[in-house]
Amino acid sequence: MVELSDIYLTYQAPDGEVPALAGITFDVAEGEFISIVGPSGCGKSTLLNAIAGLETPDSGSLLVDGHPLRGPDPAVGYMPQKDGLLPWRTIFSNLCLGLEIAGKNTPARQAEVRELLARYGLSEFAGKTPSQLSGGMRQRCALIRTLASGPKLLLLDEAFSALDYQTRLAVSEDIHNIIRREGKTAILVTHDISEAVSLSDRILLLTRRPARIKHIYSLDALRGIPPLARRDHPAFREFFNAIWKELDLHV
Amino acid sequence: MSESLSPARAAWLAGQRRASRRVWFLRAVLLVAFFAGWELAARTGLMDPFIFSCPSRMWETFIGLLSSGDLFLHIGVSVGETVIGFLCGTLLGTAIATLLWWSDLLSRVLDPYLVVLNALPKTALGPIFIVWMGAGGGAIIAMTLAISLIVTVLDMYAGFRETDRDRIRLLRTLGASRRQVFTHLVLPSSFPTLASVLRVNVGLSWVGVIMGEFLVSRHGLGYLIVYGSQVFRMDLVMTTVLILAAAAALMYQGVLGLEKALKKYMGVTV
Repeated sequence: MVELSDIYLTYQAPDGEVPALAGITFDVAEGEFISIVGPSGCGKSTLLNAIAGLETPDSGSLLVDGHPLRGPDPAVGYMPQKDGLLPWRTIFSNLCLGLEIAGKNTPARQAEVRELLARYGLSEFAGKTPSQLSGGMRQRCALIRTLASGPKLLLLDEAFSALDYQTRLAVSEDIHNIIRREGKTAILVTHDISEAVSLSDRILLLTRRPARIKHIYSLDALRGIPPLARRDHPAFREFFNAIWKELDLHV
Repeated sequence: MSESLSPARAAWLAGQRRASRRVWFLRAVLLVAFFAGWELAARTGLMDPFIFSCPSRMWETFIGLLSSGDLFLHIGVSVGETVIGFLCGTLLGTAIATLLWWSDLLSRVLDPYLVVLNALPKTALGPIFIVWMGAGGGAIIAMTLAISLIVTVLDMYAGFRETDRDRIRLLRTLGASRRQVFTHLVLPSSFPTLASVLRVNVGLSWVGVIMGEFLVSRHGLGYLIVYGSQVFRMDLVMTTVLILAAAAALMYQGVLGLEKALKKYMGVTV
């Protein structure tokens, strides 16, 4: 689904060059849920922005769905930390924003959006404004907005970090289930190791800036177990401690 | 809802109404006391009505203006110039701010010129406009534009630039062009700035119009004030100032209405 090979990216700033990515190579299979963790400021978000087509790597090849990526792509959906819902639009018109921009805001596509809302129990919010919803509900709606444009790959940039702890657990479980059910591929950037372990099939651990891949963890022992249940599994602690130790060496 | 009011709630609401009534009452008292005191001071010789005028003489002047039919001509001319200046200043200013937002190069090139123009006291340009455009409505509207335009450009541009970067990024991932980012995000999210610009501009437009009328005109409220002071008819000056205050206040209310209509039109619910 996603193939990165030898990606380099350096920011040019007035007071010098800031190398952010130094030779990132990995593949993501279709339907896989990948998390990217690493020390803060290591370039996790830069990597995600590159896959979103918002940043162009200096070198290396980046294929999404078999095609080289040139700028933002309809096959890639992006979900930011803040829900990004526009306060002057109703929830429904927020969800149709992507369709509107693409000039595909047809009754048929709108019906699909309504179906998505109904499937995940959000229909009653369609006519409300974002300020009338809780943070957790808004984040669920932000996911539906991302799904409405029909992407194959979802990029979640610290998507749950702005929520309080309990909401974060509930929403991440929900969103994980939605992504699985819709058969999407997902890449989550997070600083929360337990979140990464509870949600992912594999975890990419990055080094400090400039980011390289330090380790890739395959969470085979936890495969098929839902996120909340994973937290009680013995393997959860093992993965958590292993990643924590690796991270610690580099902080 | 109104049927199930608790006694405490009812008492609180009654208290709120009482407080609001008291405020209105005191406002009325202040107004009446001001004019009554003025009239009294003039009649007892404390103030010379020839210099300070007095409410009764102003009322006579007002009736005189009303019956000669000139009043509405003067009000109409001034209000018309203000509305035209206000609309031109706001629309043109917003359009220029849009261009600056669009082109980084343009905004960087023009930045020092905007700073200088903003610092310049625009009234200094009045005589220039009169020479260029003649002594008439054109020069007055140019004056109004000069006063409101640069402020509008700077305020709107600053408002556009405050647009949340994460949201711009989000719209770009949805495939939005620069134009779509502007129409779907930047413009609606700058609504609070637009609202404050509208309120400021209506005041600035009046300043421009009165200033312009002082300099050139044969009609309008500014003309009446200058004419009255030149022939030492303070009754006329004072009356006109009061009419001007009423007209400006009414127009301000109109702008608040416009703001509401725009809000509705743009679908802004917050």
